[in-house]
Amino acid sequence: MIKAFLFHIGRYILLIRQVFKRPEKQSIYFRQIIIEIENLGLDSLGIVAFISVFMGAVVCIQMAFNVDTPLIPLYTIGFATRQSVVLEFSPTIISLILAGKVGSRISSEIGTMRVTEQIDALEIIGINPATYLIFPKIVASTLINPILIMLSMILAIFGGWLAGSLTGLVPSGEYIYGIKAFFEVYDIYYALIKSVVFAFLIVSISGYHGFYTKGGALEVGAASTKGVVHSSMAIIVFNLILTKLLLA
Amino acid sequence: MIEAVNVSKSFGDHLVLDSVSARFETGKCNLIIGQSGSGKTVLMKCLVGLFEIDLGKVMYDDRVFSRMSFDEMKVIRQELGMLFQGGALFDSMTVEENIIFPLSMFTAQSPEEKRDRANFCLSRVKLENVNKLMPAELSGGMKKRVAIARAIAMNPKYLFCDEPNSGLDPHTANVIDNLISELTQEYNMTTVINTHDMNSVIEIGDKIAFIHKGKLWWQGDKDSVLTSDNPELNEFVFATELTRKLKQK
Repeated sequence: MIKAFLFHIGRYILLIRQVFKRPEKQSIYFRQIIIEIENLGLDSLGIVAFISVFMGAVVCIQMAFNVDTPLIPLYTIGFATRQSVVLEFSPTIISLILAGKVGSRISSEIGTMRVTEQIDALEIIGINPATYLIFPKIVASTLINPILIMLSMILAIFGGWLAGSLTGLVPSGEYIYGIKAFFEVYDIYYALIKSVVFAFLIVSISGYHGFYTKGGALEVGAASTKGVVHSSMAIIVFNLILTKLLLA
Repeated sequence: MIEAVNVSKSFGDHLVLDSVSARFETGKCNLIIGQSGSGKTVLMKCLVGLFEIDLGKVMYDDRVFSRMSFDEMKVIRQELGMLFQGGALFDSMTVEENIIFPLSMFTAQSPEEKRDRANFCLSRVKLENVNKLMPAELSGGMKKRVAIARAIAMNPKYLFCDEPNSGLDPHTANVIDNLISELTQEYNMTTVINTHDMNSVIEIGDKIAFIHKGKLWWQGDKDSVLTSDNPELNEFVFATELTRKLKQK
């Protein structure tokens, strides 16, 4: 098992080296990046917005139940909701959701291209397939994911305000005061750094599993599952590492 | 001319190609024939550099291809076209975009010039009004013809065809065979075709290499393939009732 793990790590590093080789024609790659921003980012807007609003609402209600004492001011609910959303829920949970949505798409797309010999065709034409297929996805994803995460933060905080106001658990003024209280810009940097690293992990790990798919439809499905599972595991591990490095 | 010199290739402990030497001549349809699993697809993939060979060398007109780096291979690959078994058209692109793709990557042609070239290549494979169709909208024969159009878009010196008529009806298979033969003569290409279709052998086989158990078992032309006394070759060539009757005549 350790041997297999080391084999995959080694092959993954070699693939990443291939991915960052000089592109054949930059204008074509620029166009590919624009297409991938749409495929990987804009197509995920709906799910990110939906999950964020509800996630923020749930966090706010849970906070309200947990600070149900007159000793703690009500604005703490807004403050705690903001901190939870900015530091953990938006960058990590949304990245895990994207690992499922975007990761499976990337693995199955590249895996299908492998089993139908389209990757061989690229190589025969004289194009580095690793660069052509994975590099634009990495660039697009690392550009668009921080924007998605920022949007998620805003919508989750809005969802918290909506839930607090509609249920009467926290007055609007107190919630908004809490949102603004003790604000540190570094928290946003921390969240954005995490979102960029997670975007890289999702695309590169899913791309790796797709790129080395062998066989047929069954193996494409298996590659897609592996892509999602392994990128989710990597997100969890790197979440701990980055938190230790950036906050400790 | 393409030459394989003592090419060997293994996967793990399994030796697939055992010191195969063959010469594929310019302006001719050079066929690699053999049973399924004999190693002919592996040989073709070694010739185009999709598989790295273990021993021996592959030469393209005195250039040692098999020892080149990926970047050095790129130069030769721009002189090379390949028709894959399933066509291998890019799903996300239209027919026209598929043909234009190599031109966009490696030439400075204007959009009009590229479109003209795509139309010329499509007319050459006898296809019209398919420019905006997606590969999923094409029949098997049309996919093969578009793949040939893409393969000749860059005016290749070398053309490789992996089982060009597998999965096609006999008439369409014949059309594809004749098309490859015509293009080979017209552009004086070195064409290497991997097949186990005896009709192709008899129709277009200028030079034939028979691969058996990973070795080059026999070489000759389409006339001698029917008269050879090599028992393994005969077993392959006269495997069907139709070819046995042909032999009796």
